[in-house]
Amino acid sequence: MTPLPSTFSAAARVLRRDLTLAVRRAGDWLQPVAFFVIVLLLFPLALDPEPARLRLLAPAALWIAVLLSSVLATDFLFREDGRDGTLELFAVSGQSFAGLLFAKTAAHWLLTGLPLALVSPLAALSFGAPAAALPGVLAAVLLGSLSLSLLGAVGAGLTLGLRRAGALLSLLVLPLAIPTLIFGARATALAIGGEDASAALYLLGALAVFGLTLAPLAAAAAVRISLE
Amino acid sequence: MSWAWFHRFGSAPYFYRVAGRLTPWFAWPAGILIAIGLYGALVVAPPDYQQSETVRIMYVHVPTAWLSLMTYSWMAVAAAVGLIWRIKVAHAVAAACAPAGATFTAVALASGMIWGQPTWGTWWAWEPRVIFELVLLLFFLGYLGLRGAIDDPTRADRTSAVLAIVGIVNVPIIHYSVEWWNTLHQPASILKSGGPSMPWVMLWPLLVMWLGFTCYFFVIMLTRARAEVLRRERGGSWVRNLLSQDGVAGSA
Amino acid sequence: MPDLSIQHLHVWRGERHVLRDLSLVLPAGQALQLLWANGVGKTSLLRTLAGFLHAEAGEVRWDGRGLRDDGSTWHRDIAWLGHELALKGDLTPLENLAFAVGLRRRVTTPTLAAALTGAGLHPAFHGEATRHLSAGQQRRVALARLALWDARLWLLDEPASNLDAAGQRFVAEVVAAHLRGGGSAIIATHQPLALEGVPHRLSTSVADLA
Repeated sequence: MTPLPSTFSAAARVLRRDLTLAVRRAGDWLQPVAFFVIVLLLFPLALDPEPARLRLLAPAALWIAVLLSSVLATDFLFREDGRDGTLELFAVSGQSFAGLLFAKTAAHWLLTGLPLALVSPLAALSFGAPAAALPGVLAAVLLGSLSLSLLGAVGAGLTLGLRRAGALLSLLVLPLAIPTLIFGARATALAIGGEDASAALYLLGALAVFGLTLAPLAAAAAVRISLE
Repeated sequence: MSWAWFHRFGSAPYFYRVAGRLTPWFAWPAGILIAIGLYGALVVAPPDYQQSETVRIMYVHVPTAWLSLMTYSWMAVAAAVGLIWRIKVAHAVAAACAPAGATFTAVALASGMIWGQPTWGTWWAWEPRVIFELVLLLFFLGYLGLRGAIDDPTRADRTSAVLAIVGIVNVPIIHYSVEWWNTLHQPASILKSGGPSMPWVMLWPLLVMWLGFTCYFFVIMLTRARAEVLRRERGGSWVRNLLSQDGVAGSA
Repeated sequence: MPDLSIQHLHVWRGERHVLRDLSLVLPAGQALQLLWANGVGKTSLLRTLAGFLHAEAGEVRWDGRGLRDDGSTWHRDIAWLGHELALKGDLTPLENLAFAVGLRRRVTTPTLAAALTGAGLHPAFHGEATRHLSAGQQRRVALARLALWDARLWLLDEPASNLDAAGQRFVAEVVAAHLRGGGSAIIATHQPLALEGVPHRLSTSVADLA
């Protein structure tokens, strides 16, 4: 019997496959960013877009839009692979199930979280943030989106194949995302105000690391249960 | 040897019997303690110099808030036991805890609002404890929602168990982050219960109520768990024997 | 050569006691075809052996490995083909195979192409998006993956469904070739495969296995 390829190469293979598939269905992956823009747009329309007020509102609007777009995007993290038997293939491959699912989560982040993070400085600008704030905003959303993708994977695993998956997913994931929201909004507010945001960024980083160690295991456990 | 006990306890009829025998040991203390606590709360304790009579709602609010967290913890532990060692009774206990926990949380929130209105002039304050109770309520609703959305009972048990564990792990993180948020925006909390230190005459009814409510929690948990076990095992012969012993007519 | 040994297996699905005290031994080089009625448990048995479903009691052993021991080593020698083919419509057959087989072993493109051609898929289709292939062609791709999967125990859940007579014969040939090479197979099917020249058993009900 030939030796099994390493977990790393198997995970890399899954990552490459997911990115290839995304490229062939590019339309799907624009939706989270489009949704992000729509949510942001609703804020100034719902109030008087007076510049000082908008600047105050910027961290809240930005992060609420990021949270909602992330949750929307995670809905289809495992759905297709669950339906067509790919997850079963992963389970019998002999490779680390959590590792392969983590590779899918990583690909998903590259396709949804990363674009949101890259668009967020523009969003902050549109809400009146000074240019000097943009690196801080980018860093905050980058770190926050990691936690959100990891939490989303857990939620997607728990609701895999269920009828009302979308609404339930939001109910499960959004409360868990509160720490990310609090630290992220704080970091963004500090950056926009020209102050040092490093403490809040460290806390965001700590959340991401914590999520990195536990979320893949929880997601894998949930998906395995759905295969039973 | 303890492993054998563990598995025996997991057997449904055994659990049903033992839980039934334990219930009075909690029910009587619960009733007595709550009666004493109520007397102390409503009669003995003086009205607070600031809040007058309305402070008495604290004697319900604080214990139920404590109970809501205790219920979630018990639920998560029972769920973990059921998930790891595949003990079905543990899943029944977890399922039994959830509606009770949601109720305790709702009562805590409601009593908090009743306390808040006359005291601070507002029905709602975005305080860390209020937010935490609200998040806990959402956790319970999420758990119940997930259970309800899954048809297969085994999958419902095990998936919601994963959720409960994820929830309990996140509870300290959420609590910390909300406290941290609070220090940024409101250095002095307005919802300090009773001030820097509570006089003994106000404290002892609170402790008695807390103890009484805890016993009450166990009564609720054991009774609901027994009912849940009966419902799950209704096809089993031991349940039919039980019903015929109790004189319920019918050929089940 | 390893045998599959199942002793006193009990499996529940929810509240249903689907498999009761099931025991069987499958020698190497032999196939077992389960022709049980729907709902009796053939998919549950296969899914238990594949490691998806948990067995409450019983021993399952293959090549010195127990099912309830470390899960990852159990899968080293198992191949699974379920109702869903695990093929991505947007990838070509070659890409689908390269991905799936690549999780198990190193394999070159010529080997994959040869396997596809051997499975009856004309080279013209190797570079087509899989969703453009017919159901029968897609199943041939899945069977090509099976052959390349490098596992001695095959667990097949209705492998020949949606196939015409030629397709059914092809599945039988693939399985027979596998058995001749020393492999074993458990197949859930409604119509028995014509496995000529290789030892196989047919089980029409659970009681058969006792």
